[in-house]
Amino acid sequence: MYRPVRTASWSAGLAIVLVGVVIGSAALGPVKIDPITVAMAALNAVVVPSELSFSTATLPRIGVDVPLPGVEYTSVFDFEVQGTHQTIVGDIRLPRIVLAAIVGFSLAAAGTVMQGFFRNPLADPSIIGVSSGAAAGAVAAIAFPALVPLGSLHLSAFIGALGTAFLVYAIATEGGRTPVATLLLAGVAIQAFLGAMISYMLVHSGDDLREAVVWMMGHLHNSTWSDVQFALPVTIAGVGILLAYTREMNVLLLGEEDAHHLGVDVERTKLLLLALASVVTAAGVAVAGVIGFVGLVVPHIMRLLVGPDHRILLPTSALAGASFLVITDTIARLGAIPIPFGPDIATPIVPVGIITAALGAPFFLFLLTRREVHAV
Amino acid sequence: MTVFDNRNDDDGTADGDRDENNSDGHDTYGTHDAHGVANDGTTDEASDPIEPATIAVENCSLSFGDLSVLEDVSLTVEPGEFVGFVGPNGAGKTTLLRLISGALEPDSGRITIDGVDVHAVDSRTSSRLVSVVPQDTTLSFSFPVRDVVEMGRHPHRSRFSSPTRADQEVVDDALERTRTAELADRPIDEVSGGQRQRVVLARAIAQATPAMLLDEPTASLDVNHQLETLELVRELVDDGRTVCAAIHDLDLAARYCDRLVMLADGAVYRSGPPSEVLSGDALSDVFDATATVTQNPITGTETVTALPTPVGVGLGGEGPATAESATEHGGDVEDGDAATADHRVHVLGTGPTATSALARLEREPGLALSVGPVVATETTAETARSLGIEPLEVAPFESLSPAELTAFEERVRDANVTVVTEGVFESGGMGTESLLETVDDVADAVVVATQDEDRDGKAAIAAAGDSAVWTATPETILEAVADALETGIDGQSTVIGAEPGPGLETESSAGAAEEETRSTATDGGSDSSVVGGSSSGSDSNSNSTLR
Repeated sequence: MYRPVRTASWSAGLAIVLVGVVIGSAALGPVKIDPITVAMAALNAVVVPSELSFSTATLPRIGVDVPLPGVEYTSVFDFEVQGTHQTIVGDIRLPRIVLAAIVGFSLAAAGTVMQGFFRNPLADPSIIGVSSGAAAGAVAAIAFPALVPLGSLHLSAFIGALGTAFLVYAIATEGGRTPVATLLLAGVAIQAFLGAMISYMLVHSGDDLREAVVWMMGHLHNSTWSDVQFALPVTIAGVGILLAYTREMNVLLLGEEDAHHLGVDVERTKLLLLALASVVTAAGVAVAGVIGFVGLVVPHIMRLLVGPDHRILLPTSALAGASFLVITDTIARLGAIPIPFGPDIATPIVPVGIITAALGAPFFLFLLTRREVHAV
Repeated sequence: MTVFDNRNDDDGTADGDRDENNSDGHDTYGTHDAHGVANDGTTDEASDPIEPATIAVENCSLSFGDLSVLEDVSLTVEPGEFVGFVGPNGAGKTTLLRLISGALEPDSGRITIDGVDVHAVDSRTSSRLVSVVPQDTTLSFSFPVRDVVEMGRHPHRSRFSSPTRADQEVVDDALERTRTAELADRPIDEVSGGQRQRVVLARAIAQATPAMLLDEPTASLDVNHQLETLELVRELVDDGRTVCAAIHDLDLAARYCDRLVMLADGAVYRSGPPSEVLSGDALSDVFDATATVTQNPITGTETVTALPTPVGVGLGGEGPATAESATEHGGDVEDGDAATADHRVHVLGTGPTATSALARLEREPGLALSVGPVVATETTAETARSLGIEPLEVAPFESLSPAELTAFEERVRDANVTVVTEGVFESGGMGTESLLETVDDVADAVVVATQDEDRDGKAAIAAAGDSAVWTATPETILEAVADALETGIDGQSTVIGAEPGPGLETESSAGAAEEETRSTATDGGSDSSVVGGSSSGSDSNSNSTLR
């Protein structure tokens, strides 16, 4: 099939699957709601920016007035939905589901880029320490809120993630060149170091230990629309630019020297891909914690289905990753039952990271023994 | 046709350029003929015809750490020229290609393609000037062949456009020319090595650059694919591309390249047409191997046959046949110092057996060889010349003149051993009988060499007379000659002993004899090169040690 047509049909199909999965997920829960009602409630929750206004805010501690952009949203649809159902779907379930979709989308996209970039089937979005950096930032914010004055857990995780990625890149770069192998090893070393830092902070985190551990396992509970507002623009912009570089990614698979001979500015492209993949990953990890295996397994599955061409692989992986994380998070959400004989905790939480790894690892092993995962 | 005419005009200008370069003294050779002839006007290509580029390497040096890889290399490749880089492993062929492609930056010097410094422009610009067929490409992923070829269009396409009709046509054309069109939809990791090489070549063709670099394009291919690939490259050159290729196989390089650049230890050792670059002395200098260069009877181009380094079966000194070494190593021969003179062996015959015997005898130090009579254009004569032996040449299809017969007799008489090969018996031609009679009359010892020892050569020669006769195949010729020499020396020790001194004097008297009989006998260099048939293999070396 002609490639653009093939890309479009695969993407459209996976987008439809994603919508179905989202609606199905929103219908499930302690209160069962029929899918038609869910769909209507979901459409009611769709908003578009309608007005842009600026208000003035005074920064704490510094005392400087800064203009803050404020966006007014208006609903597009107004279907007749029972009030409690609208609240359950629109305010409780959908933010979490949409956030799961965004995080899955960004992690799978970043994983695809990293596997191609490193030409290594074991590469995942956090291979250069993005997740460790995010975890270090988040745990620091949880355990020592006084020392991390950023206020927001998301922001400190985001900054920790990007700071680590930049550090690894800077360490691995010498004389304008960044050898991929050095990058990989520097990432491993930094991850080990950050692991030690995180462990130290956990030991001294006292009552906050549980919150920190749950964050590190990856979770989507208590998600709000503001989390979506944080993650969505970064993901869309990042993946959007990455989609424009899919041809370079293909050529880079030939090796850096060949790519150079074929007109790719190798070092600049590498920096760009690495930066975008890191930003996209950081956005996902900052709101959802360290969710493993999505960025590793989903690209492999899609590669088996659509082939190695990034022009089709990247969009389809991202969409499949979104569906995958929505499904696994739904399982995590429904499985949040008290553990028999377990500690007496009011609202038990199953971090979604546990589900993705518990499902993803056996599936990956299955692919491995079937010899279907060889190389990128 | 206008396109074709333009190209010829360009060739004219290019020749002018070359002359300028010659006056600069950078590049003393430059063959710019032959190509363009094969362009039969079939310019139905999709894209605009490509104007071949000039590649200029100016005083480039490069070292990795303390290891100097290239040292002050300068060369100019003229538009439409096919230049082969030859030389031993580690001579810098690949490094030079990587410098030209822009993958490596020289420590000093610069490289321009059509006046553009390839290291000063971005990769997009340089990749529109020069395409590269690497020695091996990592293609472990399953892209369809067509997509791999399409990657060659990358530098010509804008970021957001899908391939244009022109792009598609160039890709189709590249697939067609490399005969990979039927593989277009197959995954690249499922095609054979030879096909893969053609796909990578197709990618470079699709890149539509005026210059193309190939690193060992035939290294992993079997013989028919080697030819196919080089035929195609030749075609590309004739269609208007400048091509540089590192080629390991000297025969193929000689056959397809307009010019060879022989590299040794990171420097240009010699540059010029294959016939000038490939010579026995160059090969022994650069490759440290004894080799013969002959003309391939079918292609008419140079063929290099490397011979193992001397084995030494005790016929003479080891290494260069200097007077000292001959003295040192001669102790085991009965007559002491006097007998350490080079033994002389004359080879009578033509054809593969004679050639093979000649080549094997030549690599034994301490043997002085003579050959003949042979027809000047025959392989044996050519092999002899490339080994530095001046053969006794005769005109074809004519019986021997008395002078020639005398010259022959002279040589057989001088020789300690005469090798007669089967060709002599089988030709049965004019004069054969008189030659054999001469051998029978004057030869000290005779070795009959046949491809197959059971053949009746021995009977033939034994019937002719009562000389001592040994038989051998080309493989065992050295042992047979050694045996013959031992006996021959016993029988004729006075003859050898009568020679006034080791090596030098023997040689000059032989040279004098040659000059008497053949007016074509030339300078002393070629005579002393007979002695120089040693591991060093270099005429000049032998000369300097002998004089």
